Parts: sequence; C-alpha cells; structure tokens
Amino acid sequence: MAELHYTKDHEWVSIDGQVATVGITQFAADQLGDIVYVDLPAAGSAVASGTVVGEVESTKSVGELFAPVDGTVVESNDAVVSTPELVNSDPQGEGWLIKVEFTELPELLTEEQYKELIA
Amino acid sequence: MTDLDRTSPLHDTHVAAGASFTDFAGWRMPVRYTSDLAEHHAVRTEAGIFDISHMANLRVEGAGAAAFLDAALTVNASAMLPGAARYALILTETGGIIDDLIVYRLDETLFHVVANAGNRFAVVAALQERLGDADATLTDETEGTAIVAVQGPAAQAILGDAGFGDAAALRYYSVRAVNGALVARTGYTGEDGFELYVPPAEASALWSALVAAGQPHGLVPAGLAARDTLRLEAGMPLYGHELSLDVLPAQAGLARVAPPKGKEADFVGRAAVEAGPPAGSRVLVGLVAEGRRAGRVGYPVLSGDTVVGEITSGALSPTLGHPIAMAFVDPEVAALGTPLFLDVRGSRIPAVVTDLPFYKRKA
Repeated sequence: MAELHYTKDHEWVSIDGQVATVGITQFAADQLGDIVYVDLPAAGSAVASGTVVGEVESTKSVGELFAPVDGTVVESNDAVVSTPELVNSDPQGEGWLIKVEFTELPELLTEEQYKELIA
Repeated sequence: MTDLDRTSPLHDTHVAAGASFTDFAGWRMPVRYTSDLAEHHAVRTEAGIFDISHMANLRVEGAGAAAFLDAALTVNASAMLPGAARYALILTETGGIIDDLIVYRLDETLFHVVANAGNRFAVVAALQERLGDADATLTDETEGTAIVAVQGPAAQAILGDAGFGDAAALRYYSVRAVNGALVARTGYTGEDGFELYVPPAEASALWSALVAAGQPHGLVPAGLAARDTLRLEAGMPLYGHELSLDVLPAQAGLARVAPPKGKEADFVGRAAVEAGPPAGSRVLVGLVAEGRRAGRVGYPVLSGDTVVGEITSGALSPTLGHPIAMAFVDPEVAALGTPLFLDVRGSRIPAVVTDLPFYKRKA
C-alpha cells in the first residue's frame, strides 16, 4: 500500500519503496482550469528537490512542476503529454506526471496538513 | 481606488451555478462555471451567456450631449442616428488611450457610454473635466445597471424564445429598447450576439429567462476565461494589454476610429493622432505558432537573437488548436509572413506574423 503525501506546491507524492509517483492535486487542477499542455522531464533526468522540472499549462495560466525529492526520473507519463485533459479528469490517478527514484525522503505534508493549507 | 470586492447583482445566481470567481478590476466575477474550453466552444458553436455587470455605464444627456462627446471622444457622435452604436476611444492630449468605449445613441439628447471596469474612474474624471460649460450632464450609472451578454450563433433564436423577438430586427452595432431592457447587438467574442442592459433588480429574472430559453439551443453560462480567449481569437484589444496611455491608436491598428472617416470636429488628442506615432514606434501584430505551447503576456518576441517586441495577449487558441498571440513589434518585422520567435520561458518557439483577426465567423 503506497503512502500518500502532499507538498505546499500543490503536488501529491505517492511513495512505493524508493519510487515517488508525483502529480498535481485536484485543487491545483481546478485552479488552473482546462489543461492543454504538459511538459515533463525525460526518464533518466536527475532532479533536485524544490526545482522546476516541468510545466502544466492551462488556457489561462502556467503551473510549474516542482520536484518534491532529489533523485532520478524513472518514468514520465506519456499519456498526459498526448492527452493533457487527463490531469483535469483524474489528477490523482491517470493524470500522474512523473516517477522519481529517490534516496532520501524529505519532510512532506500529510493529507490533513494539506487540507488545512488549501482551506 | 479601494472599492475592492464589488459583486454583481447576479452574484448569488453564479454561486448557485457553481462558478469559480476571480478578482477583475475590483469586482468578483465568474472566471468559469465548468470548463474554459467547453464555454469557449459553446459560444462558437451554440451560445454562451455572460455577466458583464462590472463594466462601467455612463449616461450623457442634454441638448449639447452630441457636441460634448464629439469634443471629448474620437467618436462622431453628431453623425450617429438614434439607435446607433459605435466603438470609440477616449484619448489624452498626447494621443494616449485612456480607454476604449462603446457609445450608444438612445435619442437626440441621450447617450449611453460603456467603459472598462478598471478605467471607470479615469473615464469619469476625464469626461467631467471636458464637460466645461457644455449643455449636458454626465451620470455614472454603473451601480444602477446590470449587463447580460448572450453570444453565439444561436443568440438571436434564444432572445426570440425569451420574449425579445424584436431584437432580431437589430443590425450589428445598433441598440433599441425591447421588453423593458436596452438591447444592443454588440459583443466581445467575434460571434453574433446581444448585450442586455437592465436595472440590477431585474437581472436575476432576466438571466433565468435567458438560461431557460437557451437550454434547447445549447446555451451555457460562460466566464471571463472564455471571454478572454474568444476576444483574443477575434483580434479584439483588451485595455491594459493592447491598449494603454502609452499606446497611440494607430499603433494598435485603430486609426480607423481615431477619428472615424468624415469627422470634422476637433477632439482631445486629435492633433496628436494626426501627427501620428514617432517613426520606429512598435505596432500591434498577430502571431501564430505551431504546437501547443503558448506565448503569454510579457514574453519577448525575437528576430534571430534580438528582442524585437513583446506579447500583449497570448493563448493556445481553443478554436484553431494552435498558439496565437498579439504583440507589439518593431515596424521592420511587422510585415505579414515575417518569421519570428516567441521566447516561451527560455524556449524559442517559431512564429509568423499574421493578419488579425485570427478567427472570423462565417457571415
């Protein structure tokens, strides 16, 4: 059973062993509106926690994707690149963005803490 | 001005409809109800209903009203017949744009002027100052007016079904009283459509009647997000983006209204617009690109490695499926077909100068 965490940048992080699956939250997807373009780092890219590694663009605005952990991208979701609306319809499922293999897990928000943040 | 968080007389209706709101020029207005794209497409193919009650409504009345507006605005008010609507500008002495306006002539001595919400007080102040001893009065009726726009190919049928059948007789850019409302065949979407002006107390009943009549025609409530992509596709300028105090009308492609053909009266800014912008001034162009990455307001426009302009509005066009933008560029690179680049957060996206509007409805 994967554990679900959140970040203050409105991303969710699902931890399974040493791999973090990352996406944007329902709240973030709703705020952006219709998502029309997603740019993700390629598999093999090294990413550093807190840095911008991709973009999620809606008709109205541009959201940045921050790496929530230090590590290496092991997979990025080709389905959302070709069908960006998946991020709106299922942001915490089929609309996942990247999987990152990490060595150390930084402190992330719990669901309760995240709910408080967006309340 | 500090009057933030004004709400429309239709606010509760929008809340009940599940709208998301945005702050726009001090007003809390619906940005979308369900989806920007769905609302945009509905207006292009069927119809959308918009609340634009944030816009400023000014009444100019008196025997000298036409002459006053002739002198204060670019519009040839004296030449307008009752029932006519005109797009107009209010300029500074040096030709800078204070706002863009719609001027309606309701009868010989009565005009209704619609200004942008964000420029309400600037326009009122400028008009007040220009009033001098003219035989006319200026009244700010913004709080006393709600505006509902129905836009899209089904708009005329919807108005007919909602009891505004007489609106069908309106030509584009004209206005008349129908069924207790002031109905104008104007809009900001590039589609056929109407704007209805009513007292705030009647707004909610009007909205409900139009929504009910529109249901079989595919009418949906549409927010400011869709309104922005619609007007951008239609090549319509937005104050603060394409228009400002630093922009002369000719730079924004608006020489045709400043002044309109045949206007002889002097007006504030006339000498400056006749002298024209300084040589080398940037001009507004349309840019189209391929792919899905849009250039957005403030992004640089490049020719080779040289910055030659800046985007004023840009989006992935929902109707056309590719990025579009309006930008001010150096005159040397403004010719149709000129290949340029958009600097999209460090990536160079190839773009080409194109004619405005990007989208034109079929007649």
